[in-house]
Amino acid sequence: MRPKTPVAAWVSGVVILLSAVGPRPGVAQESHIGNLTGHAAAGKKVYRRYCILCHGAEGDGTGENAMWIDPKPRDFTLAVFKCRSTPSGTLPTDEDLFNAMTRGFVTTNMPAWLPLTHQNRADAIAYIKTFSPKWRTLKPGTPITIPSEPSATIASILHGRELFQKMECWKCHGPAGHGDGPSAKTLTDNKENPIPPYNFSTGSRFKCGVTNQDLYRIFMTGLDGTPMPSFADDIRPADAWDLVHFLRTLQPLETPEAAIWKSWLASHAQELKPIGPPGTAQ
Amino acid sequence: MVRGFLRGAGSVQGSWLVSGVVTGACLIGALAVSGGGSKAYTAYTLAVHKTNAIPAFARKYGLACSACHTAWPELNAFGQRFRDNGYQLMNDRDSPIWQNPSYIPVTFRITPNWHRESATKQPVDAVPGNPATTGPGTLTVSGFDLSGMDLWTAGTLYKNISFVLLPSSDNAGVFHFEAAFVRFDNLWNSHWINFKVGKFELDNLVSEKRFLFLSGNGGAYQAYHFGPVTDTSGFTNFGLGDNQIGAELSGHSENSYTRYGIAVLSNTDGAVGLPASQSYDTYLTFSHAIDAGALGVERLGAYAYIGRRPTYFQTSGGAAIPGTGLGNKSFYQVGVAGDFFFGDLELLPLFLHANDNAYLATSTPGNVALPAGARDAKWNAAFLEAHYYINPQLVFTGRYETVRMSQQADPALPSDLGNIDAYSGGVRWYPIMFSRAGLSWHTEVSAVRSRGSAFAATDGVWTSSVFSGLDFDF
Repeated sequence: MRPKTPVAAWVSGVVILLSAVGPRPGVAQESHIGNLTGHAAAGKKVYRRYCILCHGAEGDGTGENAMWIDPKPRDFTLAVFKCRSTPSGTLPTDEDLFNAMTRGFVTTNMPAWLPLTHQNRADAIAYIKTFSPKWRTLKPGTPITIPSEPSATIASILHGRELFQKMECWKCHGPAGHGDGPSAKTLTDNKENPIPPYNFSTGSRFKCGVTNQDLYRIFMTGLDGTPMPSFADDIRPADAWDLVHFLRTLQPLETPEAAIWKSWLASHAQELKPIGPPGTAQ
Repeated sequence: MVRGFLRGAGSVQGSWLVSGVVTGACLIGALAVSGGGSKAYTAYTLAVHKTNAIPAFARKYGLACSACHTAWPELNAFGQRFRDNGYQLMNDRDSPIWQNPSYIPVTFRITPNWHRESATKQPVDAVPGNPATTGPGTLTVSGFDLSGMDLWTAGTLYKNISFVLLPSSDNAGVFHFEAAFVRFDNLWNSHWINFKVGKFELDNLVSEKRFLFLSGNGGAYQAYHFGPVTDTSGFTNFGLGDNQIGAELSGHSENSYTRYGIAVLSNTDGAVGLPASQSYDTYLTFSHAIDAGALGVERLGAYAYIGRRPTYFQTSGGAAIPGTGLGNKSFYQVGVAGDFFFGDLELLPLFLHANDNAYLATSTPGNVALPAGARDAKWNAAFLEAHYYINPQLVFTGRYETVRMSQQADPALPSDLGNIDAYSGGVRWYPIMFSRAGLSWHTEVSAVRSRGSAFAATDGVWTSSVFSGLDFDF
């Protein structure tokens, strides 16, 4: 009688082989957004219809349009995402990805996929997660807590302005938030592609949302894959809100912060110290 | 029904000519012999491009055809929102200043093809050249051909100011302006307020300009262009699928699931030049869609078109003076339509009811008495169209359409005179689909049965088309 061990070894070997090359584990082939469950198999069809030309068949951001696009499409194989509710360096939640897909990215070629059904978008997210092994080995980070926003006052705006100077935000974003700071032209993303800092004076909305909470979240989580770091360890929540209030005054929008700022500036403009390197005239 | 044909060969199918000299001669002969009046004489009209697939946009934004189209040229929900936003993605990169200097926002579309057209019960001389021997016969012609050509340019003049200019030719290169308008988008920062002026497609839920049929008999919705057989004067020159000249106020929700449109239009059915009389048409439309999860986006809508047409003119020396039309009489259409997805299956149903004033329906000038017993003409029409998307590059299509007279203007006529049943089926395969150009191998078979011929009002006349062509745009 021949020993059974070789047969078992063959079977187990084949199983291991199949597990390596076959369908990826279920946990990475689903997404969960609220009560919705997205499925990668369905998401593949959505991806092929809407996403493949930019993000590529392998999700590595090398679709046939990629060479013509600036900024470049996201490389899903790296599982590094700008817009997250989770701390820097962690995976985003499925809802973060869903919201990014729904919202699109201002001043890029990534449109808002809002007209797709919620299920279609959830399915696409599930499929996007199949491109990186990180989704099989790591869990998304825990979303940060955003404290309630204090009312905007001239004091908070002025303090935010001080922080903008002190934390050297101006080095990239420029003294007036025009994205023209002295470091602006040297910035690159995690794939060494040039990346401009956000220009507050032209954008009608931020990369990762439109609300004050979204802005707060951006600099407390950072934009992974870009030079925009997380300031979670550097500033207190109250300071972060002050910075939010000041940044709102840089936008060409009629925000409550802008109204307060304009009113104050009318009689106090000469009291302001310039933003930028010492000795800079504003 | 002459009017129906004229619509078909003219503005409805504006960028195609009748398929050839022989075909045209047969057709004209048939009309001359019969005095018109039968839908059968649409046998040799050919479909035009109803081009609204614009790879110029794909090139501008780096998106695949399939991003905006279920199968080009039909729009999907994303494409509808893009169009509703004035051909803008709303990413703060829509203004022309963001365009690559080498980007040229122009699209060409034409379809080299082979097609076969056939019609039964046509007036044919048994002895060629001898009109005394005219009798019913079947005519069939076939051969290689070209479609008309569309030359699209469209996009943004500035952020929130968009435009379309569409010179369109027939297959002999004779051009007209199929569309030309400027649209002011998102007025007062509201997507509910958009305003455009020019020549444009009516905001039909089921678009005839972006549909997936090209053949002579299938390339237009019968329901959109039907007219009662008694209106031989062409008074009611109107086709719901025809581009019209006027102004439109429209709006939509952020995701374009809810949409409305109100248009005031010249009563010329899109023809350039001042109208024949001082009256305007009005078009109203509303639709709402719901998110049906994995099934897709399901849309239901309704529309109404109300118009008036002159029935006689002031004259000078007995000749009509252009623009002085008098005796305006009204007509209207109301309808409901849907766009329903069941995964990869899309169903497009439509039902409409139409009414022509007795003067229009009997071609009677408004300053003379109606024929005895004359009354309004009324009819109902419906179709169900199905698309099955194997994948973004392969779609099967089918359509059944019916038009039924519910009241003849002349009570003496058979109640079913002019009734239509139409069948179409086809397949479109897109061997390439990327962001620079589009190519589709389009194959289609269609047939139309209409009641009434030049010989008997009870005849069922069949016309049919077989079409296969390479539909490309760049």
